Amino acid sequence: MKLRSWVLIFIACNLLTFSTISAFRLSRSQPTERISGSAGDVLDDNPVGRLKVFVYELPSKYNKKILQKDPRCLTHMFAAEIYMQRFLLSSPVRTLNPEEADWFYVPVYTTCDLTPNGLPLPFKSPRMMRSAIQLIASNWPYWNRTEGADHFFVVPHDFGACFHYQEEKAIGRGILPLLQRATLVQTFGQRNHVCLKQGSITVPPYAPPQKMQSHLIPGKTPRSIFVYFRGLFYDVGNDPEGGYYARGARAAVWENFKDNPLFDISTEHPTTYYEDMQRAIFCLCPLGWAPWSPRLVEAVIFGCIPVIIADDIVLPFADAIPWEDIGVFVDEKDVPYLDTILTSIPPEVILRKQRLLANPSMKQAMLFPQPAQPGDAFHQVLNGLARKLPHDRSVYLRPGEKLLNWTAGPVADLKPW
Amino acid sequence: MKLSALHQSYLNRRRSPLDSSVDASSKSFLAVFWLVLHCLCCLISLLLGFRFSRLVFFFLVSTPSSSNLYSPPFRPDLPPPRIDLTPSNATTAEAKTSSSRVVVGRHGILIRPWPHPDPVEVMKAHRIIERVQREQKAVFGAGAKGSRTVIAVTPTYVRTFQALHLNGVMHSLMLVPYDVVWIVVEAGGVSNETASIVGKSGVRVIHVGFDQRMPNTWEDRGKVEVLMRLRALRVVKEEKLDGVVMFADDSNMHSMEFFDEIQNVKWFGAVSVGILAHSGNAEEMVMSMDKRREMEEEESSSLSSLPVQGPACNATDKLIGWHVFNTLPYAGKSAVYIDDVAAVLPQKLEWCGFVLNSRILWDEAESKPEWVKEFGLLNENEGVESPLSLLNDPSMVEPLGSCGRQVLLWWLRVEARADSKFPPGWVIDPPLEITVAAKRTPWPDVPPEPPTKKKDQMSLSQGNNNVVVIPKHQQQQQQRSSKVRKPKRRSKRNKHEAKPTDTATQVSSSTKHHQERN
Repeated sequence: MKLRSWVLIFIACNLLTFSTISAFRLSRSQPTERISGSAGDVLDDNPVGRLKVFVYELPSKYNKKILQKDPRCLTHMFAAEIYMQRFLLSSPVRTLNPEEADWFYVPVYTTCDLTPNGLPLPFKSPRMMRSAIQLIASNWPYWNRTEGADHFFVVPHDFGACFHYQEEKAIGRGILPLLQRATLVQTFGQRNHVCLKQGSITVPPYAPPQKMQSHLIPGKTPRSIFVYFRGLFYDVGNDPEGGYYARGARAAVWENFKDNPLFDISTEHPTTYYEDMQRAIFCLCPLGWAPWSPRLVEAVIFGCIPVIIADDIVLPFADAIPWEDIGVFVDEKDVPYLDTILTSIPPEVILRKQRLLANPSMKQAMLFPQPAQPGDAFHQVLNGLARKLPHDRSVYLRPGEKLLNWTAGPVADLKPW
Repeated sequence: MKLSALHQSYLNRRRSPLDSSVDASSKSFLAVFWLVLHCLCCLISLLLGFRFSRLVFFFLVSTPSSSNLYSPPFRPDLPPPRIDLTPSNATTAEAKTSSSRVVVGRHGILIRPWPHPDPVEVMKAHRIIERVQREQKAVFGAGAKGSRTVIAVTPTYVRTFQALHLNGVMHSLMLVPYDVVWIVVEAGGVSNETASIVGKSGVRVIHVGFDQRMPNTWEDRGKVEVLMRLRALRVVKEEKLDGVVMFADDSNMHSMEFFDEIQNVKWFGAVSVGILAHSGNAEEMVMSMDKRREMEEEESSSLSSLPVQGPACNATDKLIGWHVFNTLPYAGKSAVYIDDVAAVLPQKLEWCGFVLNSRILWDEAESKPEWVKEFGLLNENEGVESPLSLLNDPSMVEPLGSCGRQVLLWWLRVEARADSKFPPGWVIDPPLEITVAAKRTPWPDVPPEPPTKKKDQMSLSQGNNNVVVIPKHQQQQQQRSSKVRKPKRRSKRNKHEAKPTDTATQVSSSTKHHQERN
């Protein structure tokens, strides 16, 4: 046992040294402020040695074949589920002995059914998930041992495990009954919401690290844009009458500030989007159909202070990153007074936020680089899982006890996949 | 759909108006009721701006737990509803979980009463931007590497265009974010004109006089300028000024990045200089440009049309040579005298493209590299052509500006005629005597001076007034011309000014012989 732990540490050291192959060169020589206190130091924790993860060997129809059918899944913002599996397969926390595993991972790509436009359709996802769980429950005893309480799944879609993109329907469906006890790793997070389970780990959406790195501009380029935003304000396709999309918040931003010279907002798709973000002081991250947005990741990488307009949102790794110190939170009802709010922030506070954002560990925690690097989002997920250890006694069921209802949910979900 | 049923019932009613069976009465009552309801709904829809039948369905059919409706939503073709910020009609429906203040469904678009920028806030935002940029500069720019003093060496002399050139250099130096020491060496001794210009700069100025007068040919001028620069370098040595020495010739144009870049020099650096060699004759320049372009296309070389002088590097960014100015296209056509109309050519390597650490010039050999010659022992009479003569080993020069790829300053030589006059200090005092009113001025016309009957031309300058001679027939032409032109004309026949009008040339040509010198 001791020998094995030494071997693992040795492997871990090698992995860390060899993972500088595609090093992400972040802002050089800017004075950064360390996110002090217990929250910030947690970002640099190394999960290796603190937990063990067993990866189920599912038939490739659950993962590889789906990816082969549509390789676009590798680059869209839900690609975290694919990269998570790849990372875990080669990570030192992986164990091949399920008896000593603390956590079990089920690699099923539920978000890879894309429309021609590239948007994922969640209609088959509940059935796929259900079928995967039935498979592992019948082939391995570990699911039934805890009814999934020490298993974790990556469900990065709009409303997590509710598996729908429309909020009302997602709320109506609720979280898949079979996942009631499992830990969910998802991008969606909103307090007091049906689709956010207690104990879930919120991760950022996937943003391509290489693409963002290739658009970095010198740090001395002066930040001359006050507020920057590019995106839709009205979704005329799905919400022609307005008021539904973004709960009217984006439309309010447009109507109130479209003629304000301080606000550089439009619906264009400029090629200099990343460069413009690096020239802006504030970047708006309002909610869309779901509260989370890849703009948060982009703002953090490019050093632009995120202005988060989404009531009750739960941000990624909220237990490790002090978002209140880094970003500006604006209630949706205060959107018409956004300019007053932003201009009344004292300059020292703004400079402090920029210094916090410049912290490389902060930026690294938002990314999913390949190959994985220390401190990146994969490691933060593992840190989050490690923080939940050791498992509570109640996780293990008494023999014969059944808590999950395998027939709950809409009838259409019960069909085999 | 209710409305289609309504429509159908209406049609039925229309089809059989006289159908008066017993149950038809109740049916007709129902139909009338539906019709009235339909009209009412139409009116309400008209007011609200959308068809609210869906809302009715929502209320009746869907589960009450998930919908929550606010006041009227947006319609793209109507002006957006201006809703005050007191939320109206808020029915507090609950989601399935515990009290959440976020509700799903249609929300109103909140717009404040006057959605336009507030100037006070715009000013506050600009102050924030300024503060952020200052911080950025402190972190990345000037302060980061330790700012060194910029020692600018400018040879100058009093002439017509001195104010033009010297003000340009002065403003550039005033904008430099580092400390500046400006050494102005003046040919012909220290003069009040120069002193008055440089005195306004606000930077530390060392104004040195040089005993020779500036000669009239470009070649000789270059030589004298070299001597003047060496004089300035001697000042640096004697005063033990510490910093980066750059040569700011007074007609050059510097970019601000140039000053940032030269902070990186360790001992001796070189930058690329864009050469704006031109001739006064626009046509000739166009022709030469075309010819050069043809030559370039023939050779298929990748030279840009702007000649650049500076360090040449190989692929690994090591200095291997120099790009110099190609004087062949100008062979025989270059200017010799300062006011010639031909192209003014630079030297092989201009001084302005080099910067040096001032410690090179100091006496003690402390940490001075051995490939630098001792400045104190330099013999000027041997002919110092370029700053490379200060070095034993010219290959140790550091190429700056990403190895010469960035052009950070531009070289230009533009001078007025040697005999051109300008009012001292560019102040016309006392005002000129003769005024000629132009037609169509916004101010009331002053009746023109009656022309003297004796001569065709009016008599000339008395005392210190510089007056333009306007022959009588020119005067009439002037009156005919519709331009509002100030009649006080300078007699400069400098082709470098704005397009000369025909009157001017005629004035100049006819008065060439009659102009008296002051």
